[in-house]
Amino acid sequence: MEPLDGNVAGGMLREVFALEVTAARGRCDGCGAEAFLAEARAYVDAPGLVLRCASCDSALLVLVRGDGRVWLGVQGLTWLELRA
Amino acid sequence: MVVSRGFRGRGRRDDSGRVPPGQYLTDDFPVLSAGPTPQTSLDEWSFTIGGEVDEPRRWTWDEFRAVPSETVTVDIHCVTKWSKLDTTWEGISVDTLLDGVETSAEHVVAFCEGGYTTNLPLEDVTSGRAWIAFGYEREPLDAEHGGPARLLVPHLYFWKSAKWVRGLALRNEDEPGFWERYGYHLYGDPWREQRYWGD
Amino acid sequence: MAGAAVLGRLTPAAPLAWRVATVAGVREETPRVRTLVLEVDGWPRHRAGQHVDIRLTAEDGYQAERSYSIASGPGDGLELTVELVENGEVSPYLVEELVTGDVFEIRGPIGGYFVWDPEEGGPLLLVGGGSGVVPLRAMLRTRPTGVPARLVYSARVLEDVIYRDELDRLGSDVVVTLTREERDGRRSGRVGADLLREVGFGPDDEPRIFVCGPTSFVGAVASALVDLGHPPERVRTERFGPTGR
Repeated sequence: MEPLDGNVAGGMLREVFALEVTAARGRCDGCGAEAFLAEARAYVDAPGLVLRCASCDSALLVLVRGDGRVWLGVQGLTWLELRA
Repeated sequence: MVVSRGFRGRGRRDDSGRVPPGQYLTDDFPVLSAGPTPQTSLDEWSFTIGGEVDEPRRWTWDEFRAVPSETVTVDIHCVTKWSKLDTTWEGISVDTLLDGVETSAEHVVAFCEGGYTTNLPLEDVTSGRAWIAFGYEREPLDAEHGGPARLLVPHLYFWKSAKWVRGLALRNEDEPGFWERYGYHLYGDPWREQRYWGD
Repeated sequence: MAGAAVLGRLTPAAPLAWRVATVAGVREETPRVRTLVLEVDGWPRHRAGQHVDIRLTAEDGYQAERSYSIASGPGDGLELTVELVENGEVSPYLVEELVTGDVFEIRGPIGGYFVWDPEEGGPLLLVGGGSGVVPLRAMLRTRPTGVPARLVYSARVLEDVIYRDELDRLGSDVVVTLTREERDGRRSGRVGADLLREVGFGPDDEPRIFVCGPTSFVGAVASALVDLGHPPERVRTERFGPTGR
């Protein structure tokens, strides 16, 4: 099953960001590649959302929702450019 | 709750008592992945038991398959709310692999091809509670379901049954694995609905 | 990007709430594809290329969520075009069961990357595979007459071509290629560098490029475009596919 891209995570990420964060550029902490989050490989069928670098497959961002709580992990991103 | 007339999903409620709270019964076997499916050649595959042990152990695929295995039928429960009853697996009991291993460790981390990890108490993978499974419904385990081999620990939520397992590292401390670090429960008992961190 | 749009990529957005969508009408596009005409109280104007998330709840509380691109142009109401996925959980319900008056939950519009606003200008090179044509058609619908556009659309057979009449009216701006059959007057074969070089805008035209469809289609087309000399930063992609969620 081929992964989709970060576009599909847009709605989920709007639960935690007040911006359209899939349109933000990020830098992969694993390999240094820079890309829009929309271009990351998205695994949405998991127990949570995992966005992986399209160049090296490192996990950039992980989002788990359940029970009214949301956990966001972004340690795979060196930075996210939050102002265009 | 906005109900959509006539919509029936893949899951259904079940009152038989075999389905833990909050779960839906399914006949499918959904594929859930946190990353790409590794394509492993059996020539390169190995399984290791290491960490806080007197002597690490290692098996190649051929050595592994020569170890006595068994067929078990178990119910499985995924934290994403689907449960599947009476699934049949062929695998090697973790007890068999740990036979003769000396350790005072009480915790285990399962590590996998692709980097996935999950943590369990050692007692939850022993005493007949866990297997390294290589067959599902009398066929070799598909890569998308964790083949060549996955951990099988049916009494806990299925994210603990780590796909593409390559070994167990025994530890003195409980070390949260991939999902446990990102919000899932350290232990994961479906009967107490321990889905998320702190539940 | 040149010609900064009034709306930026990262436009601060109002929190996305789930709202109720009521089906106001349905339209069969092809044997396996249907357009849903929806009414949502207070639906804001969307941008071409954006999508929505929908959520279906069964009587026993079971829920399934999916995402669908908005098919209608900005300002033209809210329409979604859904393709029936074999053994799907949600699409059979939307394509075969749903009737006027039915309801489900919806949130959106979503997206700030795979969007095109007319103020950005063109030319526009749009490449779609299968139901990937849906957001591209929304872009064509919002395009003012002064902006040149080309759509390259790959479908399996002629019967699967969505919006066929509308696209045929666009004449040579639209090139349909069929991958599983040969038909008089229609091209055959996959979308590759040769076809794109022949019918698409070249790098010197500096087109804005949008590619949408199944993951393997998008990967192959994006590579072909870069091989033809288009800068990767001018190629925007959106991958479709079945999801279990």
